Amino acid sequence: MQDLFEGVRLVLAWDVLIAVLASAIYGLVVGSLPGLSATMATALLVPVTFYLSPIAAIATIITASAMAIFSGDIPGCLLRIPGTPASAAYTDEAYAMTRKGQAELALGAGLWFSAIGGIVGTISLVLMAPLLAEMALSFSTYEYFWLAFLGLMCATLVARSSPIKAIASMLLGLLFACIGMENPAGTPRFVFGITDLLGGIEPIPALVGVFAVSEVMRAMVTPEPPKLPDRKFGSILAGQWALTKKYQWPMWRGNIVGIIIGVLPGAGADMAAWVSYAMSKKWSKEPEKFGTGHVEGLVEAGASNNASLASGWVPALLFGIPGDTITAIAIGVLYMKGLNPGPTLFTERASSMYALYIIFVLANIIMIPLGILMIRLASKILKAPRSAVMPVIILLCAVGSYATGANLFSVLLVGVFGIVGYVMERNGYPVAALVLGIVMGSMVEQNFVTSLIKSDGSPLPFVERPVSAVLASLTLGALLWSAVVWVFNRARRLKATAAAR
Amino acid sequence: MTDFSRRAVLAGGAALLATPGLAQPRWPARPVQLLCPWAAGGGTDAVLRMIGILLEKELGQPFNVVNRTGGSGVVGHAAISQAQPDGYTLGMITAEICMLHWQGLTEITYRNYTPLSLVNNDAPGVTVNSNSPYRDVKALADAIKASRPGQLKASGTGQGGIWHLALAGWLNAMGLKADHVRWVPSNGAAPAMQDLAAGGLDFTTCSIPEARAMLDANRARALAVMAPARVTAFPAIPTLKEAMGVDYNTGAWRGIAGPPGLPAAVVQTMEVALDKVFKSKEYQDFLLARGFGAVYENAAGFATHLAAADISLGNSMKEAGLAKS
Repeated sequence: MQDLFEGVRLVLAWDVLIAVLASAIYGLVVGSLPGLSATMATALLVPVTFYLSPIAAIATIITASAMAIFSGDIPGCLLRIPGTPASAAYTDEAYAMTRKGQAELALGAGLWFSAIGGIVGTISLVLMAPLLAEMALSFSTYEYFWLAFLGLMCATLVARSSPIKAIASMLLGLLFACIGMENPAGTPRFVFGITDLLGGIEPIPALVGVFAVSEVMRAMVTPEPPKLPDRKFGSILAGQWALTKKYQWPMWRGNIVGIIIGVLPGAGADMAAWVSYAMSKKWSKEPEKFGTGHVEGLVEAGASNNASLASGWVPALLFGIPGDTITAIAIGVLYMKGLNPGPTLFTERASSMYALYIIFVLANIIMIPLGILMIRLASKILKAPRSAVMPVIILLCAVGSYATGANLFSVLLVGVFGIVGYVMERNGYPVAALVLGIVMGSMVEQNFVTSLIKSDGSPLPFVERPVSAVLASLTLGALLWSAVVWVFNRARRLKATAAAR
Repeated sequence: MTDFSRRAVLAGGAALLATPGLAQPRWPARPVQLLCPWAAGGGTDAVLRMIGILLEKELGQPFNVVNRTGGSGVVGHAAISQAQPDGYTLGMITAEICMLHWQGLTEITYRNYTPLSLVNNDAPGVTVNSNSPYRDVKALADAIKASRPGQLKASGTGQGGIWHLALAGWLNAMGLKADHVRWVPSNGAAPAMQDLAAGGLDFTTCSIPEARAMLDANRARALAVMAPARVTAFPAIPTLKEAMGVDYNTGAWRGIAGPPGLPAAVVQTMEVALDKVFKSKEYQDFLLARGFGAVYENAAGFATHLAAADISLGNSMKEAGLAKS
């Protein structure tokens, strides 16, 4: 108890409070710029943390990353450019809502459920940290292979089009993931002598291209839509409580899935959002509405990616294993500030741990007022004429992709993927499945090949180990189930047409 | 009168534009760019950002770190080598510069740089799971010698990465073939340490700071470090020579360098400044806190180091069948 009070005292220091506020604003702005991910936002903060007290340093990272993950929803919703990869899963859905004139509901849902997800994730961090970390530590490459494979299966679930087209786009994504030498053999593949391709296709330029540039191209060939009736941007939080009650189960499911995925090293907010969005559609009472601007998926995935952010700190704090790229940076800062990760952090430095928990909650609470402010500012974009907005989007895409590696090649990639995305969409191939293939491809391959190396080529351990057996049956079950449903539907449709004749 | 003064101003302007070659101002007269070939958030980025801050204090101009990533480090390394040799674009080169060209991935070698100083070297460790039967490195080495080729598994980074070469070099030094222990490629040190803790590997050869959290959590045990002397931050871990009499050492080193043909004034100023930066309390505290190895060489020493590292890493790669040619 004394540790708790000491923790409160540590947080209430003026330098910590200023750090929280400043990094909140910083995180909101960076997250809302397309191409600049939450990871980038955190990395750029590191030199600043040199000058801060340990608690203030960690506070800036916690706050900025939480804000950036939420504010990535804003350009995704308004312009169809996901601000961070974690928003990519439901960008299409949110943008469809904006086109239906429900931008405030979509953004409000993003904000409200992000905050809830963040707080639930924090509670899980407090209550279950040691238990969860123990579980995550027993995962070997066999288990990770099944997890990544399960992630790939989401491709068929997130898509609105036929599953065959979804699988085709996912496979194209896997082909892109083969490029480069970041593969288990360390051998360059499909690089055609181009040095820039050695490192492979980075997800950020790919997803900025297929989502944003293709959208600009589409806008260029379609006539300007009738101007939205000039109305006041509605209340952002109105209706969120009703949504919370209506979609209570999806929300909890999102929180729990987010927490579990966050705890697993290497699987972060991006994967949490994908899996939750797919689950939401799978279990929804009205899956046919998904993709047309339906808020249910936003609720679940929005809660999920923020929940994973908090629980990603569990393996980081206990074992110094990064749950995602953001905590990878945070671990460096923890060492710098003498808060070495490890079990002792929870016993000997308990007050610092409480301070950390309080900052998590604080960050998620101030997210609501600051987020409303940010949404209000950003919503002005909807009123601007298209001829003014589209060039700015292209500029933002170029700047954002250049910023990831100060490399002009990424800008070129954005253009190429813009064309790929445009052609695919015109022909009914879902681009989200392509992005999923690029993001998860290397994880599937890496874990598959290293598993086989370790087992001297024997496939048995993939189903022999208890956890991997459970994951394997889940994956195969999902695969078989979709196939059965598809065959059944097809048979019924054939019968119906035969009868109609 | 007005006409005359305007002409004078024009002439003066033209003269100003033409002179920078003649009256050279003291370097650095404007901000300097430090290129980092690896992504923000990693170890190289952390070291370079620290050095950038301290150089700014020393020389009074901002030293801005720019992450020029891509191509497994080739893009950033090439950018440093091909920069304008005016001293305003420098960067950090890492052990990979003595590896990439052996794999045939780039034409650039260490000879395409002006070395300024070596500022850090992280030595590889030999780390086992805390439940492992091997109490010391001698026991592990005996087990390796007694094992069938490919029976034991080790990891720490990707195929052909620096820790893979450390394993190959160590096995060679014991008189074994470089692939006697099967290398399990991993996506960096963190997943390898995770797999070691999950019981999927026999040992890892990543650096001690990368293994540190698992060591502190009593999930792993470090048996030895492949360095000429014990690492300051980890005084309890013996060197290979102390523990089993094998004198083999290597490491993931990092140094500051510029393009070839850097002006002598820049080299001298940087050498003095980097010497002060390295000895500063801030830098030493930073290295100690992160567990990074404090190893320093001046410009001449760094050049010797590069030449030696190029040969030894090249040999390890040829032994392990990783080099093209």
